[in-house]
Formats: sequence, structure tokens, C-alpha cells
Amino acid sequence: MLIGLDVGGTHVDVVLIEKCNLLDKVKVPTQPDNLLESVLSGLSLILERVSPEKVKRVVLSTTLGTNAIIQGKISPVGVIVVSGPGIDPEEFSVGDFFIPVSGYVDHRGREVRPINRTEILDAADRIEKAGIRQLAVVGKFSVRNPTQELAIRDLLKDRFEYISLGHLISGNLNFPRRVATAYLNSAVQPIHMDFFNSVSESLARHGLTRTPFILKADGGTLALDASLEQPVQSILSGPAASITGALLDPPESHATAVLDIGGTTTDMAILVNQVPLFEPLGIKIEQYQTLVRSFRTASVGIGGDSLVKVENGDIKIGPEREGPAMAHGGTNPTPTDAIVVLGLSNQGNRNAAFQGMEKIAEHLNISPVQAAGKIFEKTCSCILQALDSMVDEINTKPVYTIKELLTGYTLEVKTLLLIGGPAPYFAPKLREMSGLEVVVAENSEVTNAIGAACARTTCAITAFADTERGILVVPEMDYEGKIPQTFTKQEVIGKAYELLRKKALELGCHEEDMEMELVEQLEFNMVRGFYTTGRNIRVKVQIKPGIIRE
Amino acid sequence: MKAKHSLALVFFPAFDWAISPTHPEREERLLYTQDQIFEEGLFDIDGIIQYKPDIATKEDIQRVHFCVPTEEAVTTESHLISAGGAITVANAVMNKKVDKGFALVRPPGHHSMRVVHGARGFCNINIEAIMLEYIRDTYGIDRVAIVDTDCHHGDGTQDIYWHDPDTLYISVHQDGRTLYPGSGFHYEMGGPNALGTTINIPLPPKTSEEGFLYALEEVILPALDDFKPELIINSAGQDNHYTDPITNMNFSAQGYAKLTKKLGAHIAVLEGGYSIEGALPYVNLGIILAMAGLDFRHVLEPDYDYEKIRQPASNTEYIKELCNEINDLRNNIDEMTPKKKIKGETKKRNRQIYYDTDNISERQEEEVVLCDECAGALRIDSQALGRKRICAVVIPRKACDSCRKIGYRWFEEADRRTFDYIYLQDRVEKKYIAR
Repeated sequence: MLIGLDVGGTHVDVVLIEKCNLLDKVKVPTQPDNLLESVLSGLSLILERVSPEKVKRVVLSTTLGTNAIIQGKISPVGVIVVSGPGIDPEEFSVGDFFIPVSGYVDHRGREVRPINRTEILDAADRIEKAGIRQLAVVGKFSVRNPTQELAIRDLLKDRFEYISLGHLISGNLNFPRRVATAYLNSAVQPIHMDFFNSVSESLARHGLTRTPFILKADGGTLALDASLEQPVQSILSGPAASITGALLDPPESHATAVLDIGGTTTDMAILVNQVPLFEPLGIKIEQYQTLVRSFRTASVGIGGDSLVKVENGDIKIGPEREGPAMAHGGTNPTPTDAIVVLGLSNQGNRNAAFQGMEKIAEHLNISPVQAAGKIFEKTCSCILQALDSMVDEINTKPVYTIKELLTGYTLEVKTLLLIGGPAPYFAPKLREMSGLEVVVAENSEVTNAIGAACARTTCAITAFADTERGILVVPEMDYEGKIPQTFTKQEVIGKAYELLRKKALELGCHEEDMEMELVEQLEFNMVRGFYTTGRNIRVKVQIKPGIIRE
Repeated sequence: MKAKHSLALVFFPAFDWAISPTHPEREERLLYTQDQIFEEGLFDIDGIIQYKPDIATKEDIQRVHFCVPTEEAVTTESHLISAGGAITVANAVMNKKVDKGFALVRPPGHHSMRVVHGARGFCNINIEAIMLEYIRDTYGIDRVAIVDTDCHHGDGTQDIYWHDPDTLYISVHQDGRTLYPGSGFHYEMGGPNALGTTINIPLPPKTSEEGFLYALEEVILPALDDFKPELIINSAGQDNHYTDPITNMNFSAQGYAKLTKKLGAHIAVLEGGYSIEGALPYVNLGIILAMAGLDFRHVLEPDYDYEKIRQPASNTEYIKELCNEINDLRNNIDEMTPKKKIKGETKKRNRQIYYDTDNISERQEEEVVLCDECAGALRIDSQALGRKRICAVVIPRKACDSCRKIGYRWFEEADRRTFDYIYLQDRVEKKYIAR
């Protein structure tokens, strides 16, 4: 049996799953001021109803790190960057102490200038004196050669509690994002550590000794102890939980849009041949653009509880939410009230909902039922418009080869898969307005927790081989190996798979769920003068995200 | 980070196209530029917007070129994407979606002349000219300046605009006595109807930042001031760099960035530049930051040393004299232009044109109507040795009635027995026909 837990804005959902079937579900209210307590109480409730030896796996999708970042309740961090020439590193300044130091690695991973020991020790003194215990060390092009980051860590490792290194986070090129991500990684580490301790203790109390997993924004999971190295990977896993849940029984359509209609927002993702699309680089959280791998999602500020008002003779829906729908004891009209008045749902107090519609109707000189109709239609059209712009954005994504440009795939959504509490009520109208096939996920109100329970352990790595220099680097694993001049792309791919497998096992992945795939492969002849002097090979491999069907 | 001037960027490295495996114009050319701009996070900067290139159409090419025998025969998809990328950027600028645009595309185009029998100087079709004539037809823009900062003289662009008084073509390059294509001397100043709207600044080998910026301040900026263009286009070749393997100049990323900032072009289009590791990553970064109005002071090559690459004092002296001479000529344009042109009188010029990339020799006779009212009808008799002979007639964009009539007469009287193909490019009616 699998346990999945997802912390939402209003509820913590916990489910018990066996062979893809929902055995039990629990909802407890989220206490925004004590998220940890909310998680533990949700866990306890379900654990009281199952014997611990039957539980094979516990997966948690929490918003602890996310909330800490949003509320600014994160630990102070010193950031040391080795930037070399380019954009002034001060432009990317984050954290409480941001100190650029000398040193420089170029695009091929060649060390152009060494780091300066004294300068680094001085920087560390300043950071230490301010009482800061968390550090992030990030170099430009460190993913091509992590030596300088590693050397700085070795110099300072006894003086700080925790040091994040940029190259371990992602193999993608993007120095500003690497800086921001390493910073956040160190900043949420203490909170994550507390979480780790409390959850382990709580599970042990219920007789569960297996290591729990946490969900990542890319829909994969990570063993909680392994996550201590990369706590930042646990942020913004909420949308991933729902999307992964949708993968349990996805429509057979070639292109499906997953619409998670919640109280405040509708979150959207795209499945192509039943596989979710990813963000090219990583998620954005608050002002931080990161390298945290994630599903490609878009969010529109429209949900069942969005505030409905009339502005200049027009109905306006969201993005604010001012409490629950009037049908459920709120004071302001919402799309949910419209749904109740239209008779699509019989939940809640219809009279109260009707009063809400009257408030809108009197501004527009129409009947309350007509107002409800207009509100519902507007809600649906706003959601569909947001989906259109997401698809447009995907279709204008730049490509870099003639073949891709000429034979480029154009995404055309054929099916909508609805999840979230209000999903069933929206299905007929969305079908009518979009002309697309519309499917409502089973157990749509707990798809998120189901997704968490069934998510596979995943990871991705990047291999750079430069046969002229005779090196192969896999930054995420701190691997640097010598290769012969004759090394081929196939051999690089082979090595990448071997390393990916090793990493996946470390992260808690099971052999039977280890479906590996090649996501990118590029090979260039390097010509100097008139001779080919080597090959530059870039390969990305990953454990395919998906679900466990035990 | 927010760009002061919003910037449209088409980045199309064509990772699957090369002239030949070890040719400078090969797959690898923009690989390290891509690494650098990805690593700098340029596309995350607020106001820098990446666009997917369009594909240029047959008509886009016909506004500029006579392709022998057809457009399809002398181009591949890569050329259409390169020109299309320039058009994409132009649309974004002209529609005011952005302040500036930079098409980082390959292959280049500035050695492609009006008549195209094949590839010369790695170029098949002239991507700036195709973009410019697209802009003129789509947005009604008239006066435009093209400033070519590639190390090689842009003889193709010069040829296309030689007779056009509404296009100011300025090229700053390594002296033609020391480098391909061997033209671009300062006395090449435009055809009889457009004298002074071509300006060439041939700089001696080893010229560095001071020399380039001097020429910019002394000749280029004053000439732009006088001409008052509605739009400035930069053919942004990057082979003046001190590490370029096929040229001999001492320019730097800092120099290119400063020049870009002072020039203030609306649209830049990548031309040559073959120091793919030592120069392109840094020069492109410098140009992008400068166009976006961002700080570029820290953009330096790994081995950059201002003093080490500084031009010899003799260059400084030479360039000063050269610029004085060019300005003297510019100030005397009116006296050099024939005062009263006799209606219907024409002027001929004969040239040999060599296509180094495709090894073609072309013999060309060009005849232009001397005209006070328009750019003058133009007739070209072009024979590629051992290949086709063609007659091509141009009726310019703002042709007067008389020149239009002459153009049509020339087109009709050309003899099919003499010429393999006879072409007409009527820029007034936008009619492009062959017989």
C-alpha cells in the first residue's frame, strides 16, 4: 500500500492506495501558521487506520519550503560567486552577503584564472562574523568544470553548517538561475531539516521505519534523507502532485490539457502522448528564476471561490478570493454560487447562492439566473483563453536546427482532463464552448494526493564530453572522467545511463520503475584550422516520470 | 534585470548546416556563443525577447535579386531561414513590439550582389537587403542607412544599393589591398544618380578600438547626421576581432560593444566572424547588452589586453588622414555630381565578379539611366563563364515615368537568342517576371 499526502491552501489531503485503487482518504484543514502540524495530523489520521507493515511507501508533497520563501521566513545565507567576465555579477545579487571573488572557467570548462585563497577566506570571515551559518558557492560555467566550487567548499567546509554548490543542482547552463537556486537551497535547508526530523519521528511512532519520500516539482520523488542534499527540489510540488495524479488514467489523446480547477486558481499542464511537458529550465518562485526542474505549468487566477464583481458594466472574475462561496457561508458571490444557482451542483445553501447572484444581477439589470449563466460562461471562457495563450507560448518556443524548424511539431490540444473539486460541474460547459473532448478524472477531489502516492522516483543528469580535452563531466554527480580521443556519442550515452542508474538507486528508485530515456543529444565536430580536432558531445538522460502501479 | 531598450532576438545557430565539414561556416560556429548567452541567462532578462525565425519567401528574394536561373536553384532552407530571421526581427521593431532587434543568424549575406549565379564569400542571398526591401514594401519606410562593420567589404550590399540615393551604405573594413574581396576603396562612392550615398572606410591591418571609434566619430556619425535616415541597420560582422583566423585586425568585444552603443542602430544582423571560441561568445554578448542599453563593462575575452592589441601609431596617423580625405570628398559631392543630366543618357560600367565559394567567374556590363528624378532604370548583361548569360532590368522603387518606360523597352527588346534568361524587377508595380 502507498500513502500520499498533499498540502493545499485549504486542506491537507491524504490517501491510501493499493494497485492504483483508492482505499481510503482523509482531509484535514490546513493551518497556515503551522504547516508541519497539519502534515503530522493528516498522517496520523490515516496511519491509525492501517497497519504499518502493509505500507510500502509514504510520499509527501508539502508547501513548507514554498511558504517559507513566499513569507520571507528563510535562513540568512552568504553567497560566494566566481563569475569571470560577462554581465556584472552584482546584477544577480541575492542573500544577505553576496561576494563575487576572482577565478574564471570558460565555456569549454578550462580554468582561465585561478581562485584566490586569501580573498575567499576574507569573504568567509565577513559572512561568519555576521552570524550566518548557511553558504552557497556558485561559479559561472561550473557545470563544465566544478573544480573551483569544490576547492572553495574544501576551504570552508568546517566553518559553515551547510554549503550548497551550484554545479550539483542542474546541468543546465544559466548562471543567474544557478546562483538563485543554490541560494534558495541553503536558505530552506534548516526548515527542511526540521521537517525531516519531525516526520521521521512521527512515522517511527506509528511503527513505520521505511524512509519516506518527498515529491518534486517535476512529478518525481526523492527519498527524504537524500533530499537533505537538495532541499530546494521540494519546493512548488503542488501542481506536480495533481498532474502526476492525472497520469494514473490519462486519456488516450495525442495532446491533453490537464486543468486543475481549485478554489483560487486553475493550474494547467500539457500531456503529449500521455507524458507531461517540462519547463525548459526550471520554475519561478516569487522573484527567483530557478533551475529546479518542473512540469510546464501555467496558472490563472480563476477558481470556484474567485470573487465575482461588476466593473464598468462587465462581470469580472478573480483573481482575488475573499473567503468561501456564499453557498458555503461566505459573504461574496463566486462562480461556485453560479453553479449552485444553475442547478449544476446541489451542494451548499442554494438560497445564499441566489442572494449572491442577485447582487450581480442588479448591476446588470438581468435576472439572478441569467447572471449565474453569464458568470459561469465567463469563468469557462477565461480558463480556455488562458489555455490558448499557454499553447501559443509552447508553439513559439525557439528551435536551433533547420530540421526542427521545418518539421516542427505544433501542439494542438484535443482533450481536456479536469481535476480538482469543482471539475465535474465544469465539464459540460467546457465541452460545449471548446468543442474538445472533456474528461473528468476519477476521484478528482484527491487527484493531488493520489499523484503524490504513486509518483516514481526520478532524476536527470547531463553529460558533457570534449574529446579534444579528453574529458567527460557529469556535474550533478560530481563526476569527471578521462575519455580517449575516439570516444563516440554512443559511448557517452552509455556512460550517462550507467551514472543515471547509480544516482537513481541512491535516491531510492526501484529497479522495476527505472525507465530511462534520452532527452537530448547533440554532437559537434570541433575544427581548428582545417582539421577536426575533436568532438563536443552533450547528452541529457532521465528517469521517465510516471507512476508506480504496484 | 531590465533592458533599457527592449530587444527582439532571433538566435538561429543552424546546428545542422555547413558549407562543408571543415568550412568556417559550419555547424559549430555559434555553439560557444549559445553556451555563453545561455550561461549569462540573457533570455531571462526582462525586455529581451526571443523570437522564432520566419522563412523568407520567393517574393522576398525577388525584391532584391536576380537568381540564375531561379531562387530555388541558388538557395537552401538555411538561407531562407537566415533572411527570414532578419525579417522576423524587423517586424518586431517596426510593429513597435520592441525598441531594437538583433538577428543572430547564419549563413551571412553581405557579399551577395544583385545578380546571383552562386555563392561568394560564404553568401548566397543578401539577408540585410532582403529585410530592408521587405520593410520598405510593408511599412512604407524610405530613407535607410546600412552600416556594415564586418571586416570584409560588403561588396554585395554596395552593389545592390550603388544607384539608390535613399539608401546610405557605409562600410568600415580591412583595406581591400590586404583582404577578400579586394574592393571598398574610399573613392567608391556610389553610381551617378546616388553619388555620396556609398561610403567606404578601408582601415589598415592591426587597427584596434581607437581606429574604429575614430572612424565612427569622424565619418560614420556625421554622415548619418547629414543623411537623416528613418532607420539604421547594422551588418554586424564580428571578424575585425583580434583572434579571427581569416583577417588581420585588432578589434575587441569592448570595442564592438562601444561601437554598437554609439551607432544606436535599430536592427543588427549578424554577418561574418569566425573566431568561434575566442571572439564570438564575447562579441555577441557585448553587442546584445549594448543594444539593450545594459552595462557591458565586464564583457572581456579571456586573453584581452588593451595595450597588447593596441594599433601602431602609424595606423592612427593613417586613419586620421583617410578620414579627412573621405570628409573632403563628402563635402564636394555636389561639385562631383553632373549638374544637368540629359534625358535618356546612360552610363555603363564593366566588371569581373568572382564567386570564391562556388568558383564562378562572372562578366558584367551594367547600364543606368542618368536621372534627376529617380534612381534610374538599370540594365545588366551578365555572363557567368561556362554557364548562363542573362539580361536583368530594374525599375527602381520610386521610378519616374520615363525610366519605367525605358525599363519596359529594355525588357522587351532583349533577345532570347543572346540571353538564356531575361528578367524584370519592377519595384513600382511589384512585378517580378522572367522570360
